[in-house]
Amino acid sequence: MNRCYFDHVATNPLRPEVLDAMMPYFKENFGNPLSVYDLGMNARDAIEHAREQVAGLINGKPASIVFTSSGAEANNFAIRGIAFAMQNKGKHVIVSKVEHHSVLNSARVLEKNGFVVTYLPVDKNGVVDPDTAKKAISNETILISVTHASSEIGSIEPIRELAQIARERGILIHADGVATTGNIPVDVKELDIDLYSMAAHQFYGPKGAGALYIRQGIRISPLIYGGIQEGGRRAGTENVPAIVGMGKAAEIAASELPQRMEHCLKLRDAMIHGVLKVPHVFLTGHPANRLPHHASFVVEYIEGEAMILMLSVKGVLSASGSACSSRALKSSPVLLSLGITSALAQGSIVFSLGMDNSMEDIIYFLEEFPQVIKKLRDMSPFAGGWDAGGNEQDSEKPGSPGYADGDKCYTGG
Amino acid sequence: MYSQKVMDHFMNPRNVGEIPNADGVGMEGNPTCGDSMQIFIRVENDRIVDAKFRTFGCGSAIAVSSMITELVKGKTLDEALSISKETVAQELGGLPPQKMHCSNLGADALRKAIEDYRNKKKS
Repeated sequence: MNRCYFDHVATNPLRPEVLDAMMPYFKENFGNPLSVYDLGMNARDAIEHAREQVAGLINGKPASIVFTSSGAEANNFAIRGIAFAMQNKGKHVIVSKVEHHSVLNSARVLEKNGFVVTYLPVDKNGVVDPDTAKKAISNETILISVTHASSEIGSIEPIRELAQIARERGILIHADGVATTGNIPVDVKELDIDLYSMAAHQFYGPKGAGALYIRQGIRISPLIYGGIQEGGRRAGTENVPAIVGMGKAAEIAASELPQRMEHCLKLRDAMIHGVLKVPHVFLTGHPANRLPHHASFVVEYIEGEAMILMLSVKGVLSASGSACSSRALKSSPVLLSLGITSALAQGSIVFSLGMDNSMEDIIYFLEEFPQVIKKLRDMSPFAGGWDAGGNEQDSEKPGSPGYADGDKCYTGG
Repeated sequence: MYSQKVMDHFMNPRNVGEIPNADGVGMEGNPTCGDSMQIFIRVENDRIVDAKFRTFGCGSAIAVSSMITELVKGKTLDEALSISKETVAQELGGLPPQKMHCSNLGADALRKAIEDYRNKKKS
């Protein structure tokens, strides 16, 4: 049986060269980077080299890179760090409705601390309108944070336009670049952005390593207090092997980016073309301006977790934003923000591709996928069209109006 | 995440479909929030002689539907009514805790199908 790993937004396999670069820092080069003897100096040099490599991937200055433990930490650091450092200037922050939980939940923490947060709506493709952002700005606004691309729907957001607006009004702008870094070209100077989050395992680096780009001269409160690591902005003895791995992965990504994009785009387009031949399946996110390795859909009349599970038995590994596939048992707010109904959001399925995938994988998948859909639809009470609570029966398009949400939810008994 | 038995009933569900002119039909759940399960029963002499289902939902919802339709065949209506969510979960070798409530609709859908049958009989 083929194994098709189509969940690269969950994580990527580690590149063997990256592991090779990391190994000495687990073993003989185990020193603490703060120690003054050679063993410590070696570790410190390795971190500084990694900083240059990561900076190189996004065209930033090495001194503007702060290593963190993850993309989520970088997002927390950016939002909470800027908000608490700048609160004397104002207590209003703008984020979008298609943010990762690490941004949304950071925003909620700010609300609990007396900040006001505006959640920018998106269009049906999940894209923020820069004019809407402009209108949301007040004299109290200190930060705009919008994802460069959502890993759930793949749409690329107009970060450069948002940065221009922020610049005109003297507001800082952060972008969550976890899904984009190493997958599309990122140039922080060209984007004219102040803060940018990254995660190594999204570009064939190790888990447990992330970074926040912070434009030089910006004041930010630390998330973790302690020693002088990372210029006092992120305390804690550095995860040297992971940082070295992130650096190596960044260096490889920078040199391979055009091939990676070409490879994934070809597979992605073949996949989207094939999947959309199945009736009552819709692409989510922007049809063209999206991550090259990302294809996301909603499938009518069936549920996402069942799809994932049945596909996984066939060796195809994927993700879903359905309520049943989340531990919180709630449909993805990102999907709902596109105007997709809760019932249709249940049929969410997300495929994300990588260098380890081939056209043979896509061909195999496109043979299996319609069979899985058919098998589940044959079991579904709604296969003839929604009713009994799913009531969208009048159109071919997702999210038709007149749908009473939240009604009669089953809570067990 | 799921037991082998759950996976077996999910991949090879028993009793999928409708019973035409069923003696009782019960529907539980709502696709807005999660799973929906529809159970059809045929009754002879107060005994369930056939049961089928249609389900919109996750792997455990489908496995639960398959298992409960197997369990009820040959049972009297009163015996069938005594089947609980826990019984179904046990027969499946356990369900993940977060799935116990939202996906374990079989016993409730079955109860509604039996009610439907009894109401029809009364009228």
